[in-house]
Parts: sequence; C-alpha cells; structure tokens
Amino acid sequence: MWLYQKKLEFPINITNTDPLMAKAIMTQYGGPNGELAASLRYLSQRYTMPNSMGKGLLTDIGTEELAHLEMVATMIYQLTQFADPNEIKGTAYADYYAMWDKGIHPDSSAGSPFTSAYINTMGTDAIADLHEDLAAEQKARATYEYLLQLAVDPAVIAPLSFLRQREVVHFQRFGELLDNLQFDQNMRKDFYVQKPNYKTDSKK
Amino acid sequence: MVDTTINRQELLLKIQELDFFAVELNLFLDTHPTDVQALNDFKYIIETVGQYKKLYENTYGPLLNFGDACVTGNTWSWIAVDYKWPWENV
Repeated sequence: MWLYQKKLEFPINITNTDPLMAKAIMTQYGGPNGELAASLRYLSQRYTMPNSMGKGLLTDIGTEELAHLEMVATMIYQLTQFADPNEIKGTAYADYYAMWDKGIHPDSSAGSPFTSAYINTMGTDAIADLHEDLAAEQKARATYEYLLQLAVDPAVIAPLSFLRQREVVHFQRFGELLDNLQFDQNMRKDFYVQKPNYKTDSKK
Repeated sequence: MVDTTINRQELLLKIQELDFFAVELNLFLDTHPTDVQALNDFKYIIETVGQYKKLYENTYGPLLNFGDACVTGNTWSWIAVDYKWPWENV
C-alpha cells in the first residue's frame, strides 16, 4: 500500500496562464514517455525482479514517479485554471478543452489517449526490462529538454528542470542495478558489437 | 534540533527539502546497501523530518492521510484550515 502526503515533492506556484504550454506538458502526464507510463512500467515489472535490490529499486523509483505525475498535473492545472475561452480559442489547447474542459486527463500532447502499449513487462527476463527502463529514462530526459526549450516562465522552468534531473538520477540507479544483475547475479548476456557477415556465414 | 520559530511556508519547504534528501538516499541505498555514510545520513534525515512533520501537523493540521491531525475534536479534517491542496497556488 501507499501513504499519501499532502504536499508536492518540489514546490510549484505558477501564476501566468499559458494553455499552449499546458498542452505541451500534457505529454509527461499521459504520453509515451510520461510519468504515468513510467510509474506503471516499474510498478508492474517489480513483481518478477530476481532479487531484493531489483524489487526494491523498481518499487521506490515507481513510487517517486507517482509524485512526479502529481507535479506534472499541478503544472497543467495551474497553467490553465484561469484561462478564459477567448485565450484558449485558436491555440492547440482548444481541442483538449472541447473534450475535457480544464479537467486533467492522461493524453499525450498530440491528443493520443494513454495506453498500456507504452510499457512492457517481460517477466523473468529482467535484463530486457532494465534495458527498457534505461531507455525510458533517457527518452523522458529528452522530452523534458524539449519542454524546457518551449518554456519561458521561470515558475515553469524550475519544476521542469527538477524533473529532468530526476531522470538522470534514475538512469544512473537503473544502470547500477543492471550491473548487479549482469555481474553479481550472473545474468549477463553477450553483446555483439560486430556486424555479422551473413554472406560469408551462409557459404560455410 | 527542530527550529520551531519558522512560519508554515518555511516549515513546509523544510519538510520538502528533507524528504527530497530522504528520497535521494533511499534510491542510492537501494544500489549501495552497505555505504556507511549514506546509512547514517538516512537515519539522521528520517528522524529529523519526522520531528518537523510532527511539528507541522500539531501546529497547522493534516500532512499525512493517516496522521492523527486528521481528527480535530469531533470533525474530520481533510487539510489544514486555510491551507491549499498541493496542486493549488500558494
């Protein structure tokens, strides 16, 4: 079970309305590399991790992702709560507004509804899961960097920078877990760097 | 020691800072389970932030969904009086 604390992991207080920025940030709520996908990915994969280090780390990072999900929703909420329909008209946020008003719905920034197809759980093949997790952290970091390119308000930039930094830390911790499984738990897989020569091999 | 002279905003920020320290140490210890310095820091942070949370709840009201600050007299309290929910502007 989980315990809820009535506070954010990082303080957010955005007072400038910007529906277009909210629409962009939406992708970290319900998009392919968003926080909902991240939390469900780790919290679903943890059941079949081979050791306590794996079960513990996926539980703890998955839990932190839920706190990030709340931060992303907070940014969207604060960027849109006082938006007038006239401000919304003509922006990309209008499509979303027509469906959900200013409700918080897990979609990507391009309007695709959230789907579990964004995540995989490969059971006993923890090495396959961890490669997905490492890639996911890199893709989420890249997404936050694209969002930071779009952001101008310091009150938006600060939480986005914090969330970007957390992806870097999670990537590091997943890398350490991958090392543990490969070298301490003997789950190492050969990594072929050389391109196989199919022509030569087929003549043998 | 817990500083009891700070206002609610500052106290909440202090708790957020200490909790972040705990989260960071939590993940670090997951993959470095025998790091003595991190273990000591973790124990210190957990104890300290617990004291700050107790001070917060005693002074301002609920921070935790299972905290005793949720019951004030004969009434259930969702959140501290005149305090906003986490996603609302301060």
